[in-house]
Amino acid sequence: METNLQTSRTPTFYDEVIRDTPGGDPNLEMCIQCGTCGGSCPSGADMDHTPRNLFAMINAGMKEDVLRSNSPWYCVSCYYCMVRCPQEIHITDIMYTLKRMAIKEGLYRESSASEAPGFSETFIHYVENYGRSFELGLATWHHLRYHPINAIRMASTMGLELLRKGRMDLTPTRIKNMPQLKKILKKAKAIGGTT
Amino acid sequence: MKYGYYPGCSLERNAIAYQQSTMAIAKPLGIEFIEVEDWNCCGATEYFAIDALAAYALVGRNLALASQQKLNGDRNQLVAPCSACFLNLYKTDHYMAEDNKLNANVNEALAAGGLHYDPGTVKVRHLLDIIVNDIGYEAIAERVTKPLFNLRVAPYYGCMIVRPASIESFDNPEYPTSLDKLTHSLGAEVVDFPLKAHCCGGHMTQISENTALELIRRLLKNAADYDADMIVTLCPMCQLNLDAYQENVNKHFGTNFHIPVLYFTQLMGLAFGLSANNLGLGKEFINAKPALDKISSEPLKKQRRKKRPPKETLPMPTMPEES
Ligand code: SF4
Ligand code: SF4
Ligand code: SF4
Ligand code: SF4
Repeated sequence: METNLQTSRTPTFYDEVIRDTPGGDPNLEMCIQCGTCGGSCPSGADMDHTPRNLFAMINAGMKEDVLRSNSPWYCVSCYYCMVRCPQEIHITDIMYTLKRMAIKEGLYRESSASEAPGFSETFIHYVENYGRSFELGLATWHHLRYHPINAIRMASTMGLELLRKGRMDLTPTRIKNMPQLKKILKKAKAIGGTT
Repeated sequence: MKYGYYPGCSLERNAIAYQQSTMAIAKPLGIEFIEVEDWNCCGATEYFAIDALAAYALVGRNLALASQQKLNGDRNQLVAPCSACFLNLYKTDHYMAEDNKLNANVNEALAAGGLHYDPGTVKVRHLLDIIVNDIGYEAIAERVTKPLFNLRVAPYYGCMIVRPASIESFDNPEYPTSLDKLTHSLGAEVVDFPLKAHCCGGHMTQISENTALELIRRLLKNAADYDADMIVTLCPMCQLNLDAYQENVNKHFGTNFHIPVLYFTQLMGLAFGLSANNLGLGKEFINAKPALDKISSEPLKKQRRKKRPPKETLPMPTMPEES
């Protein structure tokens, strides 16, 4: 008798993480808890949990603790862990998955990196409306929202210097075929179930 | 040689020096870059954190445009000078090939805009890759008219260029050497510093400045410990972090670093005898002139200096093969 366990039970947190990580099998079940990832991570010292820790917690079904952890937000996407992992686990991609899940569940607000999604969202706002990123707007809005004092500092020192050297624009650039990009992104969100 | 070209947002403004110097050296090297018409931002490291499929579709549009515009006849190669753009383009193409569902979904989204992309049609490469592998160190050395004798240059790779998602890369992910060899062929003294492929913190400057400043401090200190006159980079974000945040690092830690950070294309231009004005020199925060003034017309006698401990890539444990 053949029963497929994968489909006959409700997906666990562990299944969800694997399902939501694109790019083929992330090999999460292969983790041998060796710790190579955490030892290689530039942000390791500032993370609540190393990647190894997070994977053990995912395995144990500790969804809320995992999604409340600041670790995914401190991941700078450097892929050091991923080239070194002896089990070829797609660690960096799993970190992205955890970020998305934490936003969906709203749990990132309880982590010490609660403003990180705001930065990503501001960035995306420009991309979705102009097709390009806009550094001046990005830094200014991000700082105005989270560090009003810094916004003034940033505008008065580094920002001004970047402007003076012609390294920053005052207005964003827009791509020509913005309607096409909007249609593509709208469709992608509809398929991905995020609209 | 003709290549498709994806500059990325940074090269239009913040990294304008990288853009100018890339265009300036292309000519003497016989490279022609054809920019992808109406390309969009690749989403950097931000879009993947919010919406995976939209992020892949965003990058997919660029790949679709590049393949449609047949930028380079049948050899459809797309060159990106920014490490983050390179990785996003490369990874999207690779993952679409690996993952049928992702491929179908991205193409369904692209179809809404009248586009289509077959993974594998466009070969994505970093600018450094084509310069060292298609042009080659010897051809570069032949173009050198003003060798950078006596200038101690620390080649900084950052992370994303050598670590494309654990798939085959053109250089060693732990101990890359291509930029070292390129620097050497320009006549400069290569500073082999241990942190050359460590991360500068990327977007952490925006999210947790303390974390970022510490990562930047470590890199600057390491280069300084090995007596570097300057750092040379291949990524706009690395350049911005190490250069524009250097004063913040000094304020924060009470240090006194003054290490200019240039793009490798700027150094190539100088060695080829091109005018500094066409290479975007002077756009850097930490003035590079004092370091560049050290360049002498004859190689000086080598001094004894600190050498990094030998470190070949260590073999990593793997699962035993099943027999
Ligand atoms: S390096 Fe890989 S196998 Fe080792 S603990 Fe990290 S994820 Fe698990
Ligand atoms: S990719 Fe993320 S988790 Fe992995 S080493 Fe880099 S920062 Fe750490
Ligand atoms: S990585 Fe940065 S520079 Fe490159 S396209 Fe994306 S946002 Fe623009
Ligand atoms: S070193 Fe920093 S800026 Fe450069 S590729 Fe890595 S994260 Fe990006």
